[in-house]
Amino acid sequence: MQLDLLALFVVNGLIVGVLYGLVAMCFVLIYKASRVVNFAQGELLLLGAWVCWGAVVQVGLPFWAAFLLTLAFSVVLGILIQVVVLRPLIGEPLISMIMVTVGLSVFFQAILKWIFGVAPQSFPPVLDAQKVNLAGLEVEVAYLASCAVALVALAGFALFFNRSKLGLAMRATAFNQQVAASLGVSVRQVFAMAWAISALVSAMAGIVIGLVNGVSAGLAAFGIKVFPAVILGGLDSIVGAVVGGIIVGVLENLAEYVDGQFLHWGNLYTIAPFYVLVAILMVKPYGLFGTKDIERL
Amino acid sequence: MSAKVLLEGRDISLGFRGVKALRHVSFEVREGELLSIIGPNGAGKTSLLNCISGRYRPSEGELFFDSRPIGSLPTAARARLGIARTFQNLALFAHMTVLDNIMVGRHHLLKTGFLRGGLYWLGGAQREEIEHRRRVEEIIDLLEIEHIRHAVAGTLSYGLRKRVELARALAIEPRLLLLDEPMAGMNLEEKEDIARYIMEVNDEWGVTVVMIEHDMGVVMDLSDRVIVLNYGEKIADGTPQEIAESAEVRAAYLGSADAAA
Repeated sequence: MQLDLLALFVVNGLIVGVLYGLVAMCFVLIYKASRVVNFAQGELLLLGAWVCWGAVVQVGLPFWAAFLLTLAFSVVLGILIQVVVLRPLIGEPLISMIMVTVGLSVFFQAILKWIFGVAPQSFPPVLDAQKVNLAGLEVEVAYLASCAVALVALAGFALFFNRSKLGLAMRATAFNQQVAASLGVSVRQVFAMAWAISALVSAMAGIVIGLVNGVSAGLAAFGIKVFPAVILGGLDSIVGAVVGGIIVGVLENLAEYVDGQFLHWGNLYTIAPFYVLVAILMVKPYGLFGTKDIERL
Repeated sequence: MSAKVLLEGRDISLGFRGVKALRHVSFEVREGELLSIIGPNGAGKTSLLNCISGRYRPSEGELFFDSRPIGSLPTAARARLGIARTFQNLALFAHMTVLDNIMVGRHHLLKTGFLRGGLYWLGGAQREEIEHRRRVEEIIDLLEIEHIRHAVAGTLSYGLRKRVELARALAIEPRLLLLDEPMAGMNLEEKEDIARYIMEVNDEWGVTVVMIEHDMGVVMDLSDRVIVLNYGEKIADGTPQEIAESAEVRAAYLGSADAAA
């Protein structure tokens, strides 16, 4: 029985972890392209979830239409953030851009509370709230569906990044902006595209999580969970981000299991990933901002 | 050679916080020509190349490419006009294969847009890619890098990486190719290879070449014309013969030959 419970926590951890990985990937995408640490990542999720919820509940659109509308909205929003807010800062110190993303996070939190209120809301049931029997474990259908959506998004992203011309241009820009530009790659376009894709995939994740857990400001906490995930996986590595996300998801659930069964401290799961983060940063203190940039004249 | 002027720099000056890297440099590059820029270390050769490629904005002066002002265009736009370059320090995308490195150079020539590029295997992207591969194969043939096309660039030897960088610059189908010390750090055999490739690109493909090079033997053999910079000023401009005989060049350049070697 205990072992069953442990297995259930591990499976839950894997499912949540894939979603963390997806969000972490969005974060790494922006970091890789432009070296900007995006503190507003969680708000991109929250925005997607609220817009979709608003379109379904307040406007009355069918779910699929609201979903597509939200994705389109997110792409436009991502490009707008890059072009209107960040592009004028090109040439300014990187820390200015990073602080602006902190500002964006506060701004979006506030404006979403203003528009949609502070009370958590839930989507009308889109998927059966039933549970399926997965190798002897009871798992919610909605969880599995969200995991499937996340996996499809990850696969699509991997294909885009590795096989498409724009993906190639993005990889080139991530490696060296000057060289990419000398080959005709528009670095500005690549930055805008990085934000667009990041916002799009984040909104998908936000909607999926919103379907399962309901929509509330707490969703943005996913943006914070991303930090242990990407630092575990290495800030520059997309695969690393996904693996890091899964590890954080499992770690969290294991912490909850240990807490619930033995320690009874309460809420250990929220902080466990950060203990790991602190431990890693003690070993690799230059992890986060330690980029070196040497330029020859 | 009375071909038309492909690139013209008028009165180019460039300063870094009071340090003048270039002072009122004017020059012309004619279509089909192989022009070398020489001068002691710190003379402003790479700075001039960077002004042409768009990495630096001159503080004074204007640049014309094909009679059109390009001073305000960003690097990528100049590349799309046909100005390619290689870098003094190797600048390959180290984690990509040789083929992917070269394909980045094809990026701006691909018509397939974002969506169809994303849905690579559905639209015309694959057909388009086959066409581009054919052109890429020509470049690979010329530079004799068939055997390493699927190798990861970062794992290659120095000489091979220099060749791949040249291939990548050629992939954008340049009209003007800027080479920053293409032969630095090479042995005699490797230098002869690179010299042959550069001549072929220049003669057979008709690509105009502007090259910074320290090896005087190479410069005198390959160049149609030579420009000499010293302390950011142009002190001579002429055929290799004229440059070799110029007293001013000897004083400025050969006088500090130890530094230049």
